[in-house]
Amino acid sequence: MALDSKVPAGTLADKWTTHKGEIPLVSPANKRLLDIIVVGTGLAGSSAAASLAEMGYNVKAFCFQDSPRRAHSIAAQGGINAAKNYQNDGDSVHRLFYDTIKGGDYRSREGNVHRLAEVSRNIIDQCVAQGVPFARDYGGLLDNRSFGGVQVSRTFYAKGQTGQQLLLGAYSALNRQIAKGRVKMYARHEMQELVVVDGKARGIIAKNLVTGEFERHSAHAVLLCTGGYGNVFFLSTNAMGSNVTAAWKAHRQGAFMANPCFTQIHPTCIPVSGENQSKLTLMSESLRNDGRIWVPAKKEDAEAIRLGKLHPNDIAEEHRDYYLERRYPAFGNLVPRDVASRAAKERCDAGYGINKTGEAVYLDFAAAIMRYGAEEAHVKGLKNPSDAEVKALGEKVVEAKYGNLFQMYEKITASNPYKEPMMIYPAVHYTMGGLWVDYNLMTTVPGCFALGEANFSDHGANRLGASALMQGLADGYFVAPYTVGEFLSKDIRTGKISTDSPEFDAAEQAVRERTEKFINNNGTKSVDFFHKRLGKIMWNEVGMARNEKGLKQAIADIQALREEFYADVRVLGSANGMNPELDKAGRVADLIELGELMAKDALERNESCGGHFREEYQSPEGEALRDDENFAFVSAWEFTGIPAEAKLHKEELTFENVELKTRSYK
Amino acid sequence: MDLTLKIWRQNGPQEKGEMKTYPISGVEEDMSFLEMLDYLNDKLINEGIEPVVFDHDCREGICGMCSLFINGEAHGPGRKVTTCQLHMREFKSGDTIYIEPFRAKAFPIIKDLMVDRSAFDRIQRAGGYISVNTSGNTIDANAIPVPKENADKAFDAATCIGCGACVATCKNSSAMLFASAKISQFSLLPQGQPEAKERVLNMVHQMDLEGFGNCTNTGACEVECPKGISLENIARMNRDYLFASLSSNK
Repeated sequence: MALDSKVPAGTLADKWTTHKGEIPLVSPANKRLLDIIVVGTGLAGSSAAASLAEMGYNVKAFCFQDSPRRAHSIAAQGGINAAKNYQNDGDSVHRLFYDTIKGGDYRSREGNVHRLAEVSRNIIDQCVAQGVPFARDYGGLLDNRSFGGVQVSRTFYAKGQTGQQLLLGAYSALNRQIAKGRVKMYARHEMQELVVVDGKARGIIAKNLVTGEFERHSAHAVLLCTGGYGNVFFLSTNAMGSNVTAAWKAHRQGAFMANPCFTQIHPTCIPVSGENQSKLTLMSESLRNDGRIWVPAKKEDAEAIRLGKLHPNDIAEEHRDYYLERRYPAFGNLVPRDVASRAAKERCDAGYGINKTGEAVYLDFAAAIMRYGAEEAHVKGLKNPSDAEVKALGEKVVEAKYGNLFQMYEKITASNPYKEPMMIYPAVHYTMGGLWVDYNLMTTVPGCFALGEANFSDHGANRLGASALMQGLADGYFVAPYTVGEFLSKDIRTGKISTDSPEFDAAEQAVRERTEKFINNNGTKSVDFFHKRLGKIMWNEVGMARNEKGLKQAIADIQALREEFYADVRVLGSANGMNPELDKAGRVADLIELGELMAKDALERNESCGGHFREEYQSPEGEALRDDENFAFVSAWEFTGIPAEAKLHKEELTFENVELKTRSYK
Repeated sequence: MDLTLKIWRQNGPQEKGEMKTYPISGVEEDMSFLEMLDYLNDKLINEGIEPVVFDHDCREGICGMCSLFINGEAHGPGRKVTTCQLHMREFKSGDTIYIEPFRAKAFPIIKDLMVDRSAFDRIQRAGGYISVNTSGNTIDANAIPVPKENADKAFDAATCIGCGACVATCKNSSAMLFASAKISQFSLLPQGQPEAKERVLNMVHQMDLEGFGNCTNTGACEVECPKGISLENIARMNRDYLFASLSSNK
């Protein structure tokens, strides 16, 4: 099967407008005859469900949480990018497009990314009209901040809760349609299977998580807005319930999985504290504006700190190694996420880590506190202020900027970041890979679409900060509502899809068998036991640095783990009723298969690019070596039964509007 | 540390529940409260006992899914934290900890510590939105300046996570802090004005239909709110409600 990206012809800036004009319309009377299922109610799902319902389609929306408002988009902190150029700093649609392509290390599709940059401006207008309370300046106009990897100020924000405010905006639009009866909302429901009839996605089997019942839902199209799969690493910044099941079931039914190994490891997270930890917490990228990252320059100092014999404040300036400033003088502490993460790992692997596990570095605000303090003292006209006075003034400034983050850090670690440097370490945060989609966001299963983090399309091998929210809302509000028309316009005479068909029977039967197997397994180990082991394999071999030997080992280990999981997992209770352990077992089963495919994908990509770093492909200075000649393509994997034996399809990436360059931040 | 946990177990909405005692040792002070429950559940599974069911998701204090009434307080001891942000260092070895679900007539128990808060969604559906279609073809975002003070207050109100601690804490099981937060957010913004009267009337009406009680100005909700939503919002809602009742054409 040849992959057709369906990117429209024409000049880059005209593609989307031309395409929108050419998509067949579905008349209002016919829209009422068409049903659409939306799985997931994060930014992409809520916005898509609301928009499609407004247009007149019948929408059914599903989420596993108790309310659509709780989807994990809510946890996004920093902001959302848009090429508004309100700051008059030379921003434009083209610049946002270019930054995103470059930031993604030239592994994304030009057409899709340009469309994203175009609609970014509408997102801000739309959200303000919905009452999203973005930060404003004293003139009453919208404020902006800067984010990593770019040279303009285009990030709109609502303190450290931008994701929450945007999601609640989309949730309110969704609520309006639920109230009108145009969206039927199914909370505490989880998709268990995609139903394909005559080669088209025509429905899902959903589980009512409260009663344990399986329900058949039919539709003319199914939109998967189910987020990323970072939880394959067990420890990540994802929510506990985030999972790959919906996407993986679609993959098993014929939807190709694209670039699954492209994982974003965020450099500034609170380090792992113990074996019983369940998740990792992010400290916003904005902290790198003022925090300086360092480790001791002498190994014996690092050792003494680990043993609790030395305090970081007692290490003299000349014995500290500000390794990002040393290695990347041009960008310093504000290098992109992939670069900063790898540099931290390099220092810790070399024995300079500073917590008891040896996997942490310092993020230090002492210099910023003194700098801001001196400024404040000057403003206040203080003559010869003491260091203590300057420090107190500086702490106030830092508190105003980052107070909520400092408080969050102190709650988790019981350490005061005003008095001693924060300890941070990289953690899994986002997955650029996902279901392969064409320009219309349709997967290789006709009628099955993927939006937001669930698809692979816009971020290449590395996502820039504040771009995930932009993509989720772009797909849901402004792209999918148009592009589903191309598929649905052929379905106006199809009539209601029956759930009483052999395909639905078979799908439900398969789900029942899987469920019963878990319940009657009589194993000895909890689901978490296996999930944690999967996480360790993934983190060690398919994490920040990968090599051929480790990846081959990972595939073997994951295959063995899968066998052991099915033989020995223990799920108590019954299938009739609320049983979170049972639900977790199903999710972990799919994560195990996905992990194997991720290792396979990483093994086949013999280059280093973005979040994918192969140790064999690096410069003598340890920088990533991309191979555009042989790897400027999207890896789209077709399921064949065993993940490691998936069939590779290549979508060649052509760059007509940007020149491929080596990313340098030195 | 060694603890004695007294946990509410209830098999289903219609079944009788009871407090069960679980001694537990080996709890570390760096664990979050929910990680302590994970740890307990792992032990229970190994002993062949069904694990305790509780709601949770993001585990960083923003999704609003976690709940729990711990030692008589919503989200346990400590201010401005959700249960997932509570750490075991707040307790000491030898402590007995009572863990119950959020209790209110409008929050029926689903199982053990998990309750049904869908009444909150229905309040939002009654008017917690601005009626604008998602065409993207609205006016430019900067066309209407909003005074910073109002924008900041609207934001503060909008940070409600919908966890229900206010209801669980209130002696009247009132949802006024929750409803007033959304009503205030839109009341403070120019975009919210056209529907302001209907919104407050409809949302308050729905709140009553769901079986939430009324506000008697005790202020416990504000104290226990993990996001510090201010009582000022209830006052604003009451003013808006009065104004709407007197001047609405409906």
